[in-house]
Amino acid sequence: MIRVQREPFDTGAEIAAATEGNPRVGGVCSFLGLVREMNDGTGVSAMTLEHYPGMTEKMLARVETEARERWPLEAVSIVHRYGRMEPTEAIVLVVTASPHRHAAFEACQFLMDWLKTQAPFWKREETTEGSRWVDARRDDDEAAARWLPSEARGSG
Amino acid sequence: MKVLYFAWLRSHTGVGEEDVTPPGEVATVDALLDWLAARSADHTAALADRGRIRVAVNQEYAGPEDRVGPDDEIALFPPVTGG
Repeated sequence: MIRVQREPFDTGAEIAAATEGNPRVGGVCSFLGLVREMNDGTGVSAMTLEHYPGMTEKMLARVETEARERWPLEAVSIVHRYGRMEPTEAIVLVVTASPHRHAAFEACQFLMDWLKTQAPFWKREETTEGSRWVDARRDDDEAAARWLPSEARGSG
Repeated sequence: MKVLYFAWLRSHTGVGEEDVTPPGEVATVDALLDWLAARSADHTAALADRGRIRVAVNQEYAGPEDRVGPDDEIALFPPVTGG
């Protein structure tokens, strides 16, 4: 299940919905990403996420499909917000459910690593020194690359 | 063809979306970026550092040699920073 929305979401309700009435689920893993008050040593008072409607949903659906091909998942939920958010607000939720915990843990991490480098979102921060577009991080690329087959790694 | 600009590419070019009709020989992503860069001083500045620009053709990531045509939707944006 993929949802891209401006509104806040209820994490507990999303997790419950992902597994409701499914007795095959033995483990659920979730990741919740929040707006942090500090980035690269500068105070952040708010951030605005912009995205590319259409392509965003397409890329998120693709990473979900990829995860389902790699792990035996009973449920996958990705909820990603756009618009203006302040520190402590939730930006993104990923939920994975599987008969056993290892698949849920690994798939959750994979989904976050991949969506960070594939889904067309951009953050603009409001800081004490004015507003700025956030630069992509090299370690996010490296985190995503570790899920590639070994022969494809390190090629870019 | 429709060209969309996101994040700082929008603020630098001053446009979010434009309909353009490049000449027929502009048939690849790279050639299109060269052609768009010549549209205005703001476009030139925004498109100067190709290493910082990602391109999608019809909502799929595309490389410099990929083909573009009159009916395509082309999006130009910086490396993504969601999550």
